[in-house]
Parts: sequence; C-alpha cells; structure tokens
Amino acid sequence: MSDTNKTLLRGARVLGGEPQDVLIEGERIAAVGTGLDADGATVIDAAGQILLPGLVDLHTHLREPGREDSETVLTGTKAAAVGGFTAVHAMANTFPVADTAGVVEQVWRLGKESGYCDVQPIGAVTVGLEGKKLAELGAMHESAAGVRVFSDDGKCVDDAVIMRRALEYVKAFDGVVAQHAQEPRLTEGAQMNEGIVSAELGLGGWPAVAEESIIARDVLLAAHVDSRVHICHLSTAGSVEIVRWAKSKGWNVTAEVTPHHLLLTDELVRSYNPVYKVNPPLRTEADVMALREALADGTIDCVATDHAPHPHEDKDCEWGAAAMGMVGLETALSVVQHTMVDTGLLDWAGVADRMSTRPSAIGRLTGQGRPIAAGEPANLTLLDSAYRGEVNPAGFASRSRNTPYEGRELPGRVTHTFLRGRATVVDGKLA
Amino acid sequence: MKRHLISAADLSRDDAVLILDTAEELARLADRPIKKLPTLRGRTVVNLFFEDSTRTRISFEAAAKRLSADVINFSAKGSSVSKGESLKDTALTLEAMGADAVVIRHHSSGAPHRLATSGWINGSVVNAGDGTHEHPTQALLDAFTMRRRLASGASGVGQDLSGRRITIVGDVLHSRVARSNVHLLSTLGADVTLVAPPTLVPFGVESWPCDVSYDLDAVVGKSDAVMMLRVQRERMNAAFFPTEREYARRYGLNAERMARMPEHAIVMHPGPMNRGMEITAEVADSDRCTAVEQVANGVSIRMAVLYLLLGGNEPAVTAARTEENQ
Repeated sequence: MSDTNKTLLRGARVLGGEPQDVLIEGERIAAVGTGLDADGATVIDAAGQILLPGLVDLHTHLREPGREDSETVLTGTKAAAVGGFTAVHAMANTFPVADTAGVVEQVWRLGKESGYCDVQPIGAVTVGLEGKKLAELGAMHESAAGVRVFSDDGKCVDDAVIMRRALEYVKAFDGVVAQHAQEPRLTEGAQMNEGIVSAELGLGGWPAVAEESIIARDVLLAAHVDSRVHICHLSTAGSVEIVRWAKSKGWNVTAEVTPHHLLLTDELVRSYNPVYKVNPPLRTEADVMALREALADGTIDCVATDHAPHPHEDKDCEWGAAAMGMVGLETALSVVQHTMVDTGLLDWAGVADRMSTRPSAIGRLTGQGRPIAAGEPANLTLLDSAYRGEVNPAGFASRSRNTPYEGRELPGRVTHTFLRGRATVVDGKLA
Repeated sequence: MKRHLISAADLSRDDAVLILDTAEELARLADRPIKKLPTLRGRTVVNLFFEDSTRTRISFEAAAKRLSADVINFSAKGSSVSKGESLKDTALTLEAMGADAVVIRHHSSGAPHRLATSGWINGSVVNAGDGTHEHPTQALLDAFTMRRRLASGASGVGQDLSGRRITIVGDVLHSRVARSNVHLLSTLGADVTLVAPPTLVPFGVESWPCDVSYDLDAVVGKSDAVMMLRVQRERMNAAFFPTEREYARRYGLNAERMARMPEHAIVMHPGPMNRGMEITAEVADSDRCTAVEQVANGVSIRMAVLYLLLGGNEPAVTAARTEENQ
C-alpha cells in the first residue's frame, strides 16, 4: 500500500466534466480546482481520465467462510479494488450462512483486515436461507457489522408471510430486505431463460413470470406494511414495468441490474458453455434493451455485480452439472461504459449515481457514495475510458476465472482506486 | 459429412439423403447369411451411456460390430462416473484408450455438444440422446422407415420426403425424438404437425419449422404417418394432464382414429410403447404399425452414420468389397 499523505490528481475529468485538479490529503479530499499547487504531493497525471466516486456494490459473493477455494474476503476485495470499488456488500449465502451476529462480524472483521475496500456484510433473512424462520435480524444489526441489508439471495423468500414479517421487522432499524425474486415451483429444474432458445436446446425453462410474480407480490407487501424492499438482479422487461409502476405509486422500492444482464442474451447458451449459466438467467435482446432504458431513466436504481466466483471444475463440465454465476467485479465498469455510456444512454455523472451514490444510499453506508468535493472522504476511482482491451481472466485478482467476457474487447480500465485517501490500485495494478 | 453428429439440425438435405441411401445399401446386408463387413476393422467405437437405454445401446453395438469395429461399452452405473468422476475425466480416459468414435447417451441436454467442442477428445461424437434436446439417429431411422414405406418405388433411394404430411403426437416438451424429427423431416421437405395438450408443447415452439395442433382428430385424417411419442404416466403427477384415461381419450391412437387415416398411412412409435396410454394394443399390433421395423432400420442407420463419420467417402458396400479383395 502506498503512502496516505498527499496525492494530486492532475487534470481529471470529475464525473466526466472539464479537467480539474483534485488534491487528496490524508483520508479526505482537500481541494478541487484548477492549477492546484502540488506542494510535495505525489502527482498523478490524470489528463483525459474520468474521476468517479469509489464504486459501491450492493451484491457481491465473497464466499468466505466456507468456499475459500473460489474466493476469500481478501481476494474478493482485491478484485473489487481493481474494478474501482471502494465498498462491497457481502452476500449471506456462505457456509455457515451469515444468519448470526457471529458470522457477519467475522466477515466484517476480515474486510477490515483486507484493507482493499470496505466490506459491509448482508445478513440472511431466514435461518440457513431456508425460508422458514426469521434469523436474528436485530442481533446482526446491533453487531459490529451493523447490518442493514438482509437477503436470502440464491434463494427466494417465497413464503408471503415470512416476507411480510421480515419487511415489517426491519423497519425498527431502517433495514431493507433484498429479494432474490424467483418463484420456486415455477423454476423447478430451470436451466436457462424459458423461450425460443430453451425450446430448441431442450433445457429446462426459467420463465420471466417466475421473477415478475414475486416482484409484484413484494412491492405490494412493501407498500402494505410501509417498508423498504430492494429487488436483486432484475432481468426482465416485465420486472421493469412492475418496478416502474410501484415507484409511480411512491412506494419504497429499489432495484438493481447486473452488468451481464445489460449485455448478454440467451442466444449465447446455444454454445452450451456453462460460463453463460447464471441465475437469474440471461434473457432476450428485448429484455436487455428494457433494462438499459430503465437504468437510464432511474427506474432501476443501481448496477450490482452479483459477482459469483466458482472454481474451474464447476464450469468445466456439461451444462446441467455446472454451477450458476459469473465473476463481475473486475469488468463491471467496462460493461457499464460499453452498454450505457458509449451508447449515449447515461453520462458519467449518471454512472456515478447508479454505481456509487444510490447503492450507497440503499445500503445506508456513510462515507461512501459521496460527492467529489473538498472535505469529503477520498473514496475515488480514476478511469481511462479511452482504453480498449480484451478481457483476460488469467490476470484477474479474483481467485476465480468464470467470466463470460474472456477474449471480448471491452472499453475502459480503472487506473487508480483510492480508499479513504490511500491508493489500493495504482496504474491498473493492486498497490 | 461432418465429423460429429450432434443435432439433426446440422444435417443438410444432401447429408441426410446420403445417410438414408447409405443405410439402404447396408440394409441389404441383413439379408445375407454373414452380416458382417470389414469396413471399420481396427477402429474403436465407445458406447458411453450415462443413462440406461439397452435398446439404443445394443442397436449401436450391433451396427459397429457388423462393420467389424471394436466396441467398448461404458455404462455410468457402477463405474467411476457414479463415484463422481466428471464428464471431462471420463472423456480424457476414453481418448487415452484411442476411441475413434464416442456414442454418447446423457441425461443432460448439450453434453454431446460439450464433448465434441471442449477439446477433451479428438474422435467423432455421435449423440445417442441428450436430455430433452435431441436424438438424431432416431430421427434418421424414422425418416428411413417413412421413405421406405411411403416412397414410390425402389425404396426411395435418392429421394427426400417432399410433400409428406407427418404428425407427431404426445409429450413434445420432454421429447428429444420430437426435436430431432422436426428438424430432420422439415429439412427433407415434409410438412410436420405436432399434436399435444398445450401443457406438453414447449414454450417458444413458434420458431420451429412445423405446425402445432391441440386436436388429434383434426389432423389424423390428413397424415401420411402418425408418430406416437411415449408419454410417461408420472407426468400426470406434475399436472401436465389430469388422468391417464383422459390423455388416452384425447391424444391416444386407437383403432377408430387409425381407421380415419389414409389407406397408405403408417403408425410409428420410437418405443418402448405404453400400451393403453398413447397407443392401444390393437393399433400397436396392426400391420400399419412400424415399431418393430423401426428397430431393424435403426441398425442400418447407425451403421451408415458410423461408416460416414469414420471416413467413408465412397458407397459403403462397394468400399467393403474393395477392401475384401485386397
């Protein structure tokens, strides 16, 4: 790790605007302006590069404890730093499940020790993710981890009564339930999006309605009990319509989309290559376009990676036997640039909003997702948006390599990441 | 011919007709006292069966043996596969043993595709049925049977199935036989109609090169061939249809329905039949039902496929004779 004293970013385009100098002193931004005096600071030539607030991921699988063969808190936070993230929310589906104060505190402490980005543990909604009995949500909130986001991600809280009670219960401490929307009966044996491609390939279908019916129920429940619900990884055009409708009612509903659902479609499954196997599955071109539009107009609040590392052998097999999920931390910003910025749907201020400000607000993080201004914490990401390069998983900081983008040319490269003034990434490499 | 046979959709009309013509030539062997050709002597064919299917396996085995290939049967049950060995490691093992062709039956759709494209093995891959995806040699033997029964003269050599109206009835959703047949029969110029209760028609079927009907009585009278698919009784428990009896009444082929078929029309079944479910005993045992003939034709078709994939580029029997004379 480099020295934390003084760094001057020379000529950075703050949120994609006109070039400015940004002076970092200690943990904070000391000044933003033109022609700032270097005065002993380490000077970084940021000419032409985009400066964003440090990215915040609401949906990361760090796999520790339990599956350290695929990722650890240390390797996962390194991957996050390389991707420009300064905070990640660690999902609860570990072994053991993060359904007690003890487990969330362990993850929280491992995050502190890693030093590459902030780790905010998410607590399970139900004991063992089994959907039957509420986990000790209050204890996890009161723990050192200070949990506010609860999710059984990987599984849906499908029992309407349990979901209602969870939504009600977390109101006591301004919590939010992040729902993995998947009606279990409609997705038994599901292997891919149900549609034209699944019909041809003979793979079990995962119908859009299995996601949409749960979202419809949950926005109504959240409205009924006046609580906050967050919808994980929205994947269909129909889900967008329901969230848009719920927001038009003024209900407290937020939603995320993954980078892969902004780019990839179920046509890729024709290769039967399990690198494209993910849950919720890759959908159709029409869904991709609806998701991009919804992210642009704010119906979808944020991009969340659903970074899901898996060991090589769990993808080097036939489709049916393969694990679901893709790594995403190190490619997220590039995919968002490619799908949203380079297409003219979103400007860089919009990217900062969807990848930092809003996810931070949903998670109620303090000191993350802040404006780039004097006095603010120096959580910053510097992006060379002119860069073009092929994705090479061999160079990943993540312990896993299950990326769907191998060999694909994507724009943009994070050159520097600062966590409270300290560089975690320098010239594209871990500091 | 291509190196692998994974999907009937990969076959052009000419590929398909070549296989049928080659099978026709090889079928004549069955009438000889000695049913064996030396064509694939020294080649190794592995039957890699992750799912029980004695009928398909022995059909491939008979085909390979009649061509003098060495045959290794690898069944997942009781082998290292049931102890958790991966498809990849199994494939690497077969490769090390020098398999020239791997005939694979697998419960997971796409497993043969994966085997052929992942670089694990160099030999030819023949799909002997994968999950609910495809079963291309079944479609070929079905087309072969239709051409023989329906063609005008000389077993139809050189011909396709242009203008023939084929009706496929039953559990299309879970049927790899139906998927392969829709592709192959449409490639061969036939008009295909699928008949099933709506619950057993795949979501997304509209892109398939065929028509769909929910009413068997409306199409049975206009069909040159009616192919009945096996319907598992257990489907009833997942609410695909209410009862066996209702299914049999609405979608089963009985003598009365068969009587409304054109005089020349045939009844087909890939087997094993569920008598009393999709087909009555009376229909199954009638001389219009080609189920047994299909089994015999299966051997000829699989001989043709193995022969063509493993490097035959002249007519099979002629090639064999040349080799015999050397």
